[in-house]
Amino acid sequence: MASVQWHARVRKYGAELQRCRLDAVPVDLGDYHPLKPITVTDSRSRRGGRKGSTSSSSSSSSSVAPDPLSSMLEGTDPLSLFAAASASETPTLSHSSSSVELGRKRRENEEEVGADFEPWSAKRGEILARFTTTEKLSINLFMGSDKNKASSPSSAVSEKVRTRLEELDDLEEGSQRELLNLSQQDYVNRIEELNQSLKEAWSSDQKVKALKIVIQCSKLLSDTSVIQFYPSKFVLITDILDTFGRLVYERIWSMCSDPRPIPDSFSVEDVNDTAKETCLNWFFKIASIRELIPRLYVEAAILKCNRFLNKTGIQETLPRLTAMIRGIGDPLVAVYARAYLCRVGMEVAPHLKDSLNKNFFDLLASFRQIHGDTVQNQLVIQRVEIPVYLTLYSPAIHWILQCVAYRAPDVLLTEMMERCKKLGNNALLLNSVMWAFRPEFVAARATDFIGMIKDCDEAGFPKHLLFGSLGRSLACADPPESERLPILNEAWKVITKVRSPQDYINCAEIWVEFTCRHFTKREVNTVLADIIKHMTPDRAFEDAYPQLQSVMKKILTYFHNFSVLFSMEKFLPFLDMFQKDSVRVEVCKSIMEVFIKHQQEPTRDPVILNALLHVCKTMHDSVNALTVEDEKRSLALLINGFIRMVSFGRDFEQQLSFCVEARATFCNLEPVIIQLIHTVNQLAMETRRVMGGSHSRKTAAFVRACAAYSFITIPSLTSIFSRLHLYLLSGQVALANQCLSQADAFLKAAVSVLPEVPRTISVEGKQRSSEAFLLDFINSFLSTLLVVPDHPEQGVLYLVRGLLNMVQDYTWEDNSDAKVRVYISALPLLAAMSQESYLYTIPKVDSNETLYGGDPKFVAEISRLCETLIGQVLDHLKTLGREEGVRRQGSLAFSLFSTLLAHGDLRNNKLNQLAVNLWNLSHKNGHCDTRTSVRTLEHIKQQAQQPELSHLSDMLLRLSLQSRA
Amino acid sequence: LVEVLAGVVVITSKEAVQHQGISLTMEGLVNLQLSSKSVGVFEAFYNSVKPIQLISSNIEVAKPGKVPGGKTEIPFEFPLQAKGNKMLYETYHGVFVNIQYTLRCDMRRPLLAKDLSKTCEFMLHCQPQKSKVQPTPVDFTITPETLQNVKERTSLPKFVIRGHLDATNCVITQPLTGELVVESSEVAIKSIELQLVRVETCGCAEGYARDATEIQNIQIAEGDVCHGLPIPIYMVFPRLFTCPTLETTNFKVEFEVNVVIVLHDDHLITENFPLKLCRV
Repeated sequence: MASVQWHARVRKYGAELQRCRLDAVPVDLGDYHPLKPITVTDSRSRRGGRKGSTSSSSSSSSSVAPDPLSSMLEGTDPLSLFAAASASETPTLSHSSSSVELGRKRRENEEEVGADFEPWSAKRGEILARFTTTEKLSINLFMGSDKNKASSPSSAVSEKVRTRLEELDDLEEGSQRELLNLSQQDYVNRIEELNQSLKEAWSSDQKVKALKIVIQCSKLLSDTSVIQFYPSKFVLITDILDTFGRLVYERIWSMCSDPRPIPDSFSVEDVNDTAKETCLNWFFKIASIRELIPRLYVEAAILKCNRFLNKTGIQETLPRLTAMIRGIGDPLVAVYARAYLCRVGMEVAPHLKDSLNKNFFDLLASFRQIHGDTVQNQLVIQRVEIPVYLTLYSPAIHWILQCVAYRAPDVLLTEMMERCKKLGNNALLLNSVMWAFRPEFVAARATDFIGMIKDCDEAGFPKHLLFGSLGRSLACADPPESERLPILNEAWKVITKVRSPQDYINCAEIWVEFTCRHFTKREVNTVLADIIKHMTPDRAFEDAYPQLQSVMKKILTYFHNFSVLFSMEKFLPFLDMFQKDSVRVEVCKSIMEVFIKHQQEPTRDPVILNALLHVCKTMHDSVNALTVEDEKRSLALLINGFIRMVSFGRDFEQQLSFCVEARATFCNLEPVIIQLIHTVNQLAMETRRVMGGSHSRKTAAFVRACAAYSFITIPSLTSIFSRLHLYLLSGQVALANQCLSQADAFLKAAVSVLPEVPRTISVEGKQRSSEAFLLDFINSFLSTLLVVPDHPEQGVLYLVRGLLNMVQDYTWEDNSDAKVRVYISALPLLAAMSQESYLYTIPKVDSNETLYGGDPKFVAEISRLCETLIGQVLDHLKTLGREEGVRRQGSLAFSLFSTLLAHGDLRNNKLNQLAVNLWNLSHKNGHCDTRTSVRTLEHIKQQAQQPELSHLSDMLLRLSLQSRA
Repeated sequence: LVEVLAGVVVITSKEAVQHQGISLTMEGLVNLQLSSKSVGVFEAFYNSVKPIQLISSNIEVAKPGKVPGGKTEIPFEFPLQAKGNKMLYETYHGVFVNIQYTLRCDMRRPLLAKDLSKTCEFMLHCQPQKSKVQPTPVDFTITPETLQNVKERTSLPKFVIRGHLDATNCVITQPLTGELVVESSEVAIKSIELQLVRVETCGCAEGYARDATEIQNIQIAEGDVCHGLPIPIYMVFPRLFTCPTLETTNFKVEFEVNVVIVLHDDHLITENFPLKLCRV
């Protein structure tokens, strides 16, 4: 094919725009808005006036169409409807599994208790974590040596009894297993094993063995050696008891479910005799357990089964078991037994408050046991100090009081408090009262409580714990306004005297919340000063980072105004206590998060800026070679948030120098550098806006400074595409600000960077070909080039040529059409450049249209360039024809055809012929999309209707649609 | 008014069974045994008292013939009528006295096939004996002075333990209840237990033997309990091993409860209360 002559079509952009623009339809604002409730009266009359606008109105004549969502539901939402339906159907629905039923039951019970009751499961983990030991533990299990049955089987014992007695002997025959020297973890594992073997025994129908396991386990609860571990032991073993209780209940429940399941709210009449007999049998068996503690615990575990026997069973059993606990001599064992009973009671029959109260009063009655000789002797032997010992009681007493105080009237609470007051040495109780009673109740009497705390014995329960508990209540409920300051003063007077830094910070941390909530920065500052004073000696803060962090969190929750925050003179010194890098960064991050969340207005407050710059620098400096990508990203996000919030208003120079400083500070975080470049570009545009587009000498110098900033900053980025895009963007900004040589430099830099683009880049951790990104960039670059005037000292179309040369030299992927695609997309640019007036220009910047004024030589130069490009494309098409690339050939040919159609002057015969050839080529192998072809033809037909494009209709005749083979 | 023992004999087989008659035998026996403690070992072995038959009857439920394959149920009824001038006692399993009722089903089969036999025990509860039991509360106080058979009263630590049983004539289905208060004790208490004891007396020509054995032991207090705080006494009477107190010409079954207090220095203090059990 001979060389092609290029003639660009002459475009009249204004006229084209006019033609393409949709008919403007004035929208009556009062008429239709998609978000307005649709109120249609009669749509038909207005339809004429609304032509073209989308309208959701129908011809319905209802005056007010209701909200479609609510109309569907007739007032009830579907979820509650279903729930109601299933609730009413419950008795008739078949229950496939009892555990589902149980689950629901449990849920219902909890509902009865309410969500505001902190469940046991929440306490469990806390207790296990808190009460640990390094001492050796032992488990003593006497399997098979149960003495609770008739001692000597005589000849006449019935068969049933005999087999049972044999079973007793057989199982793990007389095995008295004593496991000594267990570490805590071993112990926990052993207990878990027992839990498992309980389940196994149960499922293999060895009910007697299961019962024995449970009895042996609960027997462990009477052993108070290694007393520090007792609360945790209690938690572990009551887990087993819970399992057992559940198993027994489910078993009996399933016995009644034959032939059809009994309803959840069954009554005694629904239970058949076999189930009753089995249930009764369990109770008889348990009643004959010799030892007090196992008998008590196991019976409590299956308390719920009383429902199968009679209506009043539970309410008769609870008081009896409560009284039974009086027989436990060891006060710690007794108090935990009470806690278990309260727990089961709350679960099974939350309405029976009396036995809860009775438990508490019994506890008070036997309270003096704690200070009895037996206990003291034991403590001496175990070398446990009184304060440590007393804290062992806390979880149980907390729990009992929590149950008692739950939705209890104030009168009752007051009575309980009075009773506690009467007892000597009541710090332990006082502590639990403050924990478990409603915070409002405690807060209202805070002054009284402080008085009581002061009266407590120094040697007993640690006072800082008492103040900690009080502070915890006051953090959620407010004491009377007038008492707040005295309360704080009194409390802090004690707290500040706490010697151990760990105890001190545990307590202080709680009180910070109260201080922040009710007082100003002055008081908080004082508190911070005190914390610093206590925590600095011997670097005590090193062991208290979690607490210090929590202090910081609380301050940040209450102080959102950063100028106030940073004007606290102790705030930054407090921040300095976080010396471990990871913690320090964590804290800085939390500060920045709060800042970003709550700072509404941009700021220029030097105090805030300085402090936050310091904070951000800390975060930035934590970045090193080992920092993971995500961490960097989140840090950068926070710093960017800060940078965006900095504004010096009209003081642009100040802002620029801030950016200079920030660049120096945050040089390791690329996203921050990018943000800074954007900020500076924005600054330049803002200047332009302020100056109304025409710069004074001073502002011109300033925007050049901005450009310089970007120009020297961009090369420091490693991401090649960030660099390219920023060059382009900064070039555009420079151009908009009439900095021609700067713009030129940016674009030149971009072109010179192009060869460095690697063939693959990593996107979200995966290697991807960079081609698509590169093409995108080049296209957007090309469209910018339209308005860039040629450099006076360089040749015509210096940048376009430069770009195309780079494209030519770039090592594209093998078998890639990318290069040719760039050539094809350069054609529209060149066509646009040869117009008399350009599609777009930049105000106050003369682009080539003005420089050359449509000089024929310039146009000829462009045409020559185009011809070269078309030649290249055609060559490439030929090579494709030879290979297996016919599909690619077709698609390339088609895109060149489209370009010719849109931008070439097809009156020229050669060009016209070329277009027709390309059309045929693209259809030759049947790889083209018929729909696109049809649409193209339609488009040509439409275009041909315009007088100046009438020649297209001739061409149309020569374009044939290939029918699919 | 005579109660009946009613039920069905269930025969399950794959194919028809030939038999020479199926019969049911009901029997009630009191087995008495003399303990080796009361008499010599050999004597105990040989002289064990003859069992007393309380009830015995036999019926044929099926004449010789064939039982068809599958499941066959043959209903039956026995009137519970004691033999002669005897009385029916409640089922009781003890050490020296056992009262047991059994029902045995025999199927005689033709030559070369073993006869089949199946036995099961059935429980008898007495008719309520009295319409109402007057509770007879018992108060007790235990101090070193109240104790009997103490060798050196001076070496005993001082203690005062008070309490009461709500009743000593107890309804067998109701638990034994009461309260106990440790008012003071010089030595720490280790454990407080309730020991249920049966006292079985067997009479025979040579005299009679009386033996007390433990049925069960229930701990009601463990460790040094709080002084002054009442501790509940509560014990469920175990089934089978207890029955209403029984007194006949040949044997007696009686019950007692011991309140046992173990002190930390292993002193053992026991207070005995005879019980009278009945069923209402």
